[in-house]
Amino acid sequence: MDSILEVENLKVVLGGEVILDNLSFKVERGDILAILGPNGAGKTVLLKTLLETLPFSGKIDWKPGVRKSYVPQRLPFIKDVPMSVKEFFKLKNVSDVAIKETLYSVGLGEEAMVKNVGDLSSGQFQRVLIGWSLISNPQVLLFDEPTTGIDIGGQESVYSLLEKLSKERNLTILLVTHDLAIVHKLATKCLCLNKKISCYGSPKELDVGQLSQLYGGEIKIFKHSHD
Amino acid sequence: MTNQFLFSLISGVFVGGVAGYLGSLMLTKRMALVGDALGHVALPGMGLALLLGVDVFFGAFAFLLLGILLVWIFEAKTSLPTEALVGVVFVASLAIGFLIVPEPELLEALFGDILNVSLQGLVFSVILSILIFLVVRKIYSGMILANISDDLAKSEGIETKKQNLIYLLSIAAMVALGVKIVGSLLVGALVIIPAVTARNISGSLKQYYLISIILGVLSCFLGMLLFKWTNFPAGPLIILTATFFFLVSLVFKKR
Repeated sequence: MDSILEVENLKVVLGGEVILDNLSFKVERGDILAILGPNGAGKTVLLKTLLETLPFSGKIDWKPGVRKSYVPQRLPFIKDVPMSVKEFFKLKNVSDVAIKETLYSVGLGEEAMVKNVGDLSSGQFQRVLIGWSLISNPQVLLFDEPTTGIDIGGQESVYSLLEKLSKERNLTILLVTHDLAIVHKLATKCLCLNKKISCYGSPKELDVGQLSQLYGGEIKIFKHSHD
Repeated sequence: MTNQFLFSLISGVFVGGVAGYLGSLMLTKRMALVGDALGHVALPGMGLALLLGVDVFFGAFAFLLLGILLVWIFEAKTSLPTEALVGVVFVASLAIGFLIVPEPELLEALFGDILNVSLQGLVFSVILSILIFLVVRKIYSGMILANISDDLAKSEGIETKKQNLIYLLSIAAMVALGVKIVGSLLVGALVIIPAVTARNISGSLKQYYLISIILGVLSCFLGMLLFKWTNFPAGPLIILTATFFFLVSLVFKKR
């Protein structure tokens, strides 16, 4: 297997508090790794640490030269800037042709280019963000709660979009989520996090015991099939 | 029209334009009032420069650098918001300014003296304005991205700390130029008003910064003509011209 990322004994301390401790896992090319955990478990911190924007000790070994792109949880301040979708992409120094192609591949037409970013619905904005992170042709996508603030129909389509894109582009995806149905449907691996790893493996191996330990309460898993 | 007035007019137009441009960035960083506070930080430096007979720019710029350095140190030592720390440095500077600067110089520092622009002063203002403009243009996209999300900017490989330092130095230089035109009390208005007006009526980023620059230029130009015509002080007239544009923009508000 082609290893993209190896993490060993990762520890992150912020403001004197241990946020992550003794974390080790591996990601192979084409994996979709779901990162699960209660609020405050350090999921977002893990993503940011993997992007090397936070101080850490231990080892984070990305495959040399691997291109990664980050899709944050929310961008509340973007509405403070009057900006068209095209201008948002242009912050990255990309061509008009590339912007058009990308907008089509995330299911928005090129007519979205002239729209004001602040006027997009949350579903459209999420697609723009995914497109924005894909336009520089990354091999790895780090995705923080892709469906925060999107209704159920919208959630389904964001995930089917991710599934489609990961196949088309042979993307490796690291995905922070609360949504267990998605973990079963989409992920090839999952990592349960509560400062330490409480489980790690294939989503099929996830059981009720591990999850109630993780979330600290009684959990019922409703497994259902998707055709 | 005297040469002296022409010097002031040209210098004002350049400084107004660059203030509008930087102001558009400061507004998206939610730092609109920082320009105002920094105008006051410049006060003791301006007073000292007037006492020593050197160009107020240098006194203002030196104290602004010192002020920014202090804010930066306090920021590293506490977890207080930048805005609050700027507040502390600004009132302290104001107090020092009132203590050490004699009254006539103090008045000039507070309200500016537009008719005190020499040919050298003009050349200096124009060159520095152009320089600030070019530097800010280079970091503009990166700053907008960092203002939207610091993490996003970092993940795009932007060195946000370095970029922020360049941005703060540009603000310091612009404020030091601005205090000569409208004085330390009103320099903040040169930064805020064109930007908020542009924000009201623009639908894209390009319109936003272009309108902000144009309004900065127009406010200084028309305000100075009004000064020539009415003999009221130039600083307040410039700001009121800018405010007039803001009120007009409410009628055409897009967002």
